[in-house]
Amino acid sequence: MKRLWFALAALAYSAAAQQQSALNPAGPQSGRIAGLWWFFFYLLGAIFIIVMLIMLRTLMRGHRNAEENQPLENHERAQTRETRLRSIVTVSSVVTVVLLFILLVASISIGKANADLGASGKPMIIQVIGNQWWWQFSYLNDDPSQVLTTANEIHIPIGKTVLIQGQSNDVIHSFWVPNLHGKRDLIPSRVTTEYIRADRPGIYRGQCAEFCGLQHAHMAFYIVAEPEDKFKAWMQAQLQPAVAPATPALAQGQQNFLNYACVYCHQIRGTTASGTNGPDLTHFGSRRTIAAGTLPNTPGNLGGWIVNPQSIKPGNHMATIAVKPDDLQPMIQYLESLK
Amino acid sequence: MATQDVSPHIPNEHAELSLLDRVWQNGRGIFGWLSVTTHHAIGMRYIVTAFVMLLLGGIEALLVRIQLAHSNNTFLGPDRYNEIFTTHGTTMMFLFAVPVMEGMAIYLVPMMCGTRNVAFPRLNAFGYWLYLGGCLFLYWGVFTNAAPDMGWFAYPPLSGPQFTPGKRTDIWAQMITFTEVSALCVATELIATIFKMRAPRMSLNRIPLFVWSILVQSFMTIFAMPAIVIASSYLLSDRTVATHFVNPAEGGDPILYQHVFWFFGHPEVYIIFIPALGFVSAIVTAHSRRAIVGYPAMVLSLIANGFIAFGLWVHHMFATGLPQIGEAYFTASSMMIAVTSGIQIFCWLATLWSGKVRLTTALHFVYGFLVIFVLGGLTGVVLASVPLDLQVHDTFFVVAHFHYVLIGGALFPLFGALYHWYPKMTGRMMSERLGKINFWFLFIGFNLTFFPMHILGLHGMPRRVYTYGPEMGWDNLNLLATIGAFIIAIGGILFLVNVFWSRRHGRIAGNNPWEADSLEWAAASPPKNYNFEFLPVATSRYPLWVAPESEPASLSKAKTQPDRAVVTGLRNDRREVLVTTLMDAEPHHRYVLPGSSIWPFITAICVSIGFIGSVFNPWYIISGSIISGLALLGWFWPRKLLELEP
Repeated sequence: MKRLWFALAALAYSAAAQQQSALNPAGPQSGRIAGLWWFFFYLLGAIFIIVMLIMLRTLMRGHRNAEENQPLENHERAQTRETRLRSIVTVSSVVTVVLLFILLVASISIGKANADLGASGKPMIIQVIGNQWWWQFSYLNDDPSQVLTTANEIHIPIGKTVLIQGQSNDVIHSFWVPNLHGKRDLIPSRVTTEYIRADRPGIYRGQCAEFCGLQHAHMAFYIVAEPEDKFKAWMQAQLQPAVAPATPALAQGQQNFLNYACVYCHQIRGTTASGTNGPDLTHFGSRRTIAAGTLPNTPGNLGGWIVNPQSIKPGNHMATIAVKPDDLQPMIQYLESLK
Repeated sequence: MATQDVSPHIPNEHAELSLLDRVWQNGRGIFGWLSVTTHHAIGMRYIVTAFVMLLLGGIEALLVRIQLAHSNNTFLGPDRYNEIFTTHGTTMMFLFAVPVMEGMAIYLVPMMCGTRNVAFPRLNAFGYWLYLGGCLFLYWGVFTNAAPDMGWFAYPPLSGPQFTPGKRTDIWAQMITFTEVSALCVATELIATIFKMRAPRMSLNRIPLFVWSILVQSFMTIFAMPAIVIASSYLLSDRTVATHFVNPAEGGDPILYQHVFWFFGHPEVYIIFIPALGFVSAIVTAHSRRAIVGYPAMVLSLIANGFIAFGLWVHHMFATGLPQIGEAYFTASSMMIAVTSGIQIFCWLATLWSGKVRLTTALHFVYGFLVIFVLGGLTGVVLASVPLDLQVHDTFFVVAHFHYVLIGGALFPLFGALYHWYPKMTGRMMSERLGKINFWFLFIGFNLTFFPMHILGLHGMPRRVYTYGPEMGWDNLNLLATIGAFIIAIGGILFLVNVFWSRRHGRIAGNNPWEADSLEWAAASPPKNYNFEFLPVATSRYPLWVAPESEPASLSKAKTQPDRAVVTGLRNDRREVLVTTLMDAEPHHRYVLPGSSIWPFITAICVSIGFIGSVFNPWYIISGSIISGLALLGWFWPRKLLELEP
């Protein structure tokens, strides 16, 4: 009883933070899965309680049998009792099969409904590439000028089906946004796919779900689901090259960025920085977090991250560059200005 | 050679006994200790070694729980954390759970079958030494900063040459080879023992359920282990000689590895869990003092379990993507296993319902098992459903699920079994009082640790993360789990205290303290090296309870009888046993088992040199094979059978 109470208290507590929860669905698929979960939960819960009650009853009955010290039963009676017990076992087993069959049909039909999401209409295609330990997203389009590549945070329009096309650059990762749908592994040398759709505006957190090495814990991303018009505006803004520095301090920051080794890995469209090993930083200032969901995107955190990434995310592949203290402040300001 | 229905009166009984004592005696000193081939000694070595591994794995579990106790904890870094959770999983699966079940089987099966040793005693010793070699090799790695850190499943490419340089993964993969060979040795000799060395008249329909479960487990081992041999060889040869079976960078297929690994990995769970079902059946029969309801259903369920277990490995890989028809098939097969497990649970409940239950510590653990395992089984049904699995796969929900089925399904019955058979093994009873306290600590601690993990998983906490942010809202439940883990640890310590205290101060047990039914209770406690002065005859399914075959045996109408049918006519001046026929266990011929020998140990050392060396240099495969071949020459060198003068 105590256990149950703890669990309930804990459930109530976690309800506060449901940015990454299978029980707080925001799309048709996660909605169906959550419904299926509660169906399983009540049915299996009822079975559990019944079995436990029978078990407790055996405890009392068995004790009584032991105390009674009955005289020898006659042969007939013992046989009848044995037959009765066997038929109860048989009936229970048949009931088990029937219940499992119901669960099987429910689960297959939900699986089919979820897979059918992509059957109608032309979906928006987002390519996801897993990297140790960050996510690269590309909005694919037949028109090359409309292809957008970004990292660790994407926006999607609500009510529109999105095809996630998963790949990996190194080891196996798993793309998972519980509020929208289940997991899909990203496997090197393969392309895996999954349809998602958000029906409710919101910010949903996703996290790598396949163990991928040292910083598996710090490989998160955000999906911002918003109305079509807001999404279009965001998309247009993201397609633009980086804003030119507006003040001398920002210009100094840009120069600093370009002078240090940052450019070997990072791209800022509109500048000469064109590395592709690390996340694209063209609109870095518009993102919510640094280092794949590790830190909130604030100037202080960014400074800490640039100076010593290994202290924040030990083992990650960002090089530690000795940035002079005087050079750091303008660089932070410049990066944060890239809205 | 004949079977007699009354105890034979041998004129010179004392001399015969001392002859048996001498012929089955183990050597003295360190050389003698290394040469032992009697099944009690080797079974006990397995059990003790496995418990040392349990202790190490348990300490690792506590370290993991301390690290996860609150958000952004820095108790362990990501590197140490990954090493520790990998070593924890590896230790518990390969070095504790499977071997401890093998050890119990080696100890109990020959006695339950009414014979004197396993069929291949020297192979048995060889298997143990290799298992020990695997333990030492892995922990040598752990203590020299070369612990594996890629997860106990070692998926490539993360475990491949590109992403895990160094020797960590090689040590892991070669440790697997040690345990594979050891497990295959045990499986082979147990199958031979069960098929050919049962007591006369112990026809197939009289085999104790525990022995049936070991038979099924051994066959599963024989079919599952080759798959892991292949998986670990792919990995090892990719890493050491650049074969690229499963390395995608060179055109290999990482999913192939997953299929092969789980084709072993899923049956592995049942290899651990099916012997535990056997424990439960034995404990339920003895402590409810009645025949098990539905013996044929129990046996058929065990066998069906063994088959179905090989048909559902893909449910570990639903997230890799599968066509609809494949998903439906593997969902159905995964759910099917609930039917066979369900039948056994119903049979036990029916037995307890109509039995004369004696609420001993052993039975406490059976009830604990029922609670935990039923819940774990039901969450297993959740995992069989593809849509639900895609959400909870690789989250703490799965961690909760498999700890419910493995701790609840295997460890609780194991503790129950130890309380049940400890009197047989040591001649003394364990403290029931301390036992019950120990049970409640384990039971409450277990649920406190693992129940919250279901909720954590549904609320998005992935497995194998070394930390998490405070904004995720996972702090409280994790703290609860950590507190629970320490309560489990106290329970574990109480168990050890009980084991050591009872060894000295426990009540003297006598041959059959529980008035149990099966043949091992006819032997002395602790058993002599030869188990039985005269090999017993299985006059019924419950040979120590007298009951007409047509009636359900139960203790109410049967006291354990003093005069039992036995086999006479075996020679006592050599290690002679009776071989019986497969189906009906009719006496067939006499067979002489080999005595003590140092060669299994020497061969194991040579094989270990090959295994360990090959991690560092492939040429060791050749030199290791040569010295192992030489050792085998010594092993099989024809020599005169041990025969004593009376």
